[in-house]
Amino acid sequence: MKHRTFFWFFLPTGLAMLLFIALPIVSVAIQSVFTPHGAVIETVKTCTPFGCKEETTINQDATRELRESQPLGRFVGTGIYFDRGHLAVQEVGEAWQTSQGLGDFAAKLGNLPFYRAMAFTLTFTFVATPMLIVLGLFIALAVNTLSQRIKGLVIFFSLLPFTVTPLIGSLILFWMIDSRGILGTAIQWMADDPGLSLKASTSLTWIMLIVYQVWHAAPFAFVVFYAGLQTLPQDQLESAQIDGATRWQQVRYVVVPHLMPLVTFVALIMLMDNFRVFEPIVGFNASAHATSLSWIIFNDLGGETRQLSAASATSVLTIIGVAILLSPVLVRTWRDFRSKK
Amino acid sequence: MVSRARRAPASLRFATSAFVVIWIVIAAFPFLWTLWGSFKVELDFFSIADWTNALTGPKTLDTYGSRFTLAGYEGAWLKEEFWRSAINTVIVCFFVVITSLTIGTLGGYALSRSGYRYTFWLLIAALIFRAMPPITLVAGYLLPFFEWNLWGRLSTTVIVLVAINQPFTLWMLHSFFQSIPKELDESAKVDGCTQFQAFRNVIIPVMWPGVITTGLFSFLLAYNDFAVTSMLLSDDNRTMVPKIAAFLGTTYTEGNVMFAVSAAISATVPLFILVMFFQRQIVSGLTAGAVKG
Repeated sequence: MKHRTFFWFFLPTGLAMLLFIALPIVSVAIQSVFTPHGAVIETVKTCTPFGCKEETTINQDATRELRESQPLGRFVGTGIYFDRGHLAVQEVGEAWQTSQGLGDFAAKLGNLPFYRAMAFTLTFTFVATPMLIVLGLFIALAVNTLSQRIKGLVIFFSLLPFTVTPLIGSLILFWMIDSRGILGTAIQWMADDPGLSLKASTSLTWIMLIVYQVWHAAPFAFVVFYAGLQTLPQDQLESAQIDGATRWQQVRYVVVPHLMPLVTFVALIMLMDNFRVFEPIVGFNASAHATSLSWIIFNDLGGETRQLSAASATSVLTIIGVAILLSPVLVRTWRDFRSKK
Repeated sequence: MVSRARRAPASLRFATSAFVVIWIVIAAFPFLWTLWGSFKVELDFFSIADWTNALTGPKTLDTYGSRFTLAGYEGAWLKEEFWRSAINTVIVCFFVVITSLTIGTLGGYALSRSGYRYTFWLLIAALIFRAMPPITLVAGYLLPFFEWNLWGRLSTTVIVLVAINQPFTLWMLHSFFQSIPKELDESAKVDGCTQFQAFRNVIIPVMWPGVITTGLFSFLLAYNDFAVTSMLLSDDNRTMVPKIAAFLGTTYTEGNVMFAVSAAISATVPLFILVMFFQRQIVSGLTAGAVKG
């Protein structure tokens, strides 16, 4: 295809991505190094026969003029990144010096919003991802042994948790684990503690969110692995069986290696998706115990005061986090591309 | 067909069947339970006294003279004007899917037919954009949208969702068009068609399976989005998902929770129907990326 034809074919989609993805990233980065203007304060000295008094007032005109002439605000460089709401360099340094032992230091970090969010996001990402892969694999193996007619039905029901709106899915589970809901009652009965509430405890809230994510995303892993099982080399399985491999050994040494590329694929996609965890925190009303970077951005942007600078700085930090998680994918794609040449 | 030698022993077959049954219950039960409960009053669905109340609904019987009531749906759809949000969702999803497929097909087709090196870099850029959490972009939208008075409108949200959709659409359609033999449109060009005519007369008639699959995923993205729609739409223009979130915001006063429950069920029904009719396409779409990539 000629360059010219390509250009016209690609123009609409390219323009959409340029204007609404690439430019916003740039503008987020710019906003994150500016902070809104404070009010212009004047000190007026008024002298009366009884002595001189200094009064500070806000000069409304000058403030408005300043805000209109420089709508971005005041340049602060990387100031916002290092303040208490983000990387909190100073507070971390103090905590490091004053704390006794690592446990104490970790506890102090937990009081800083950024590190609190990171602690949850990373735990969530690295616990939920392997769990949903294992569950998905077992469902795929089990469904693969069923007869053709039941398979369709099982896949239909399995797809429901995955296609449901994340916010609605988490709400549905949230209502069930409410202390007056069916699961909440069941858990109270099993723990023999009528006062038990999942919402009141940090660790239980984390477990609840991880369980939700496994429920929501295991179907994706299942469907991908199930597709992979359809191309399983039957002769290899048969020869393994002739060699005396047990069923478990066949799974371990034939099936799993065959599915390995798919496991990597699902793991990479899910690491990125879990890192941006957001809707469940809103749905489970869990922000008192668990926050994520996405939730912090949402919280800063919402409400009466839209804190654009703070949100932008968190956005940039999130983008950096995603970039780190994405780098293996990029390296892999680049290698594929090179080897094709 | 499974050969006799490969056949699992009865105990294992029983265990797998039991496992599948348990999984189906885990996957489907929450929806059925909430659907059933949405026809009850709050004191039954969230019963302190006895959990079986949610099944039998004695308080619902006391209040409305029947074990089922549409009060939650009535409150949500009429009193809280959920119908308005439903219409907004229809508008947003319709235009997002149409626009995103139109420009995505052109772009994906061009990417699959051009052999130059920049196509690779464009696809990589799309991959990076796909990985960006949409919420990180919102801070970049707000200032210009306020400035130019674009904030709060459905049309703005449609365009933003289309753009966020593009990376995924491009990847899906790119790999789909690669599976259509190049000889088709090349022979059309030999016969004197321009590239666009070849696309129009030869490719469009055979592209529908891939386009429908991609369209389903565009629809799901637009329908399920919460971060962008809740930030960019004014209160009147809210779509269903932010509207449900707003029900929760207005504190858990009595009755209001049931509005949210019925609204959540109402918003899930279309997805249920979608999965029922397009199960095959959804499965093939999910696996396409894995097998190719």
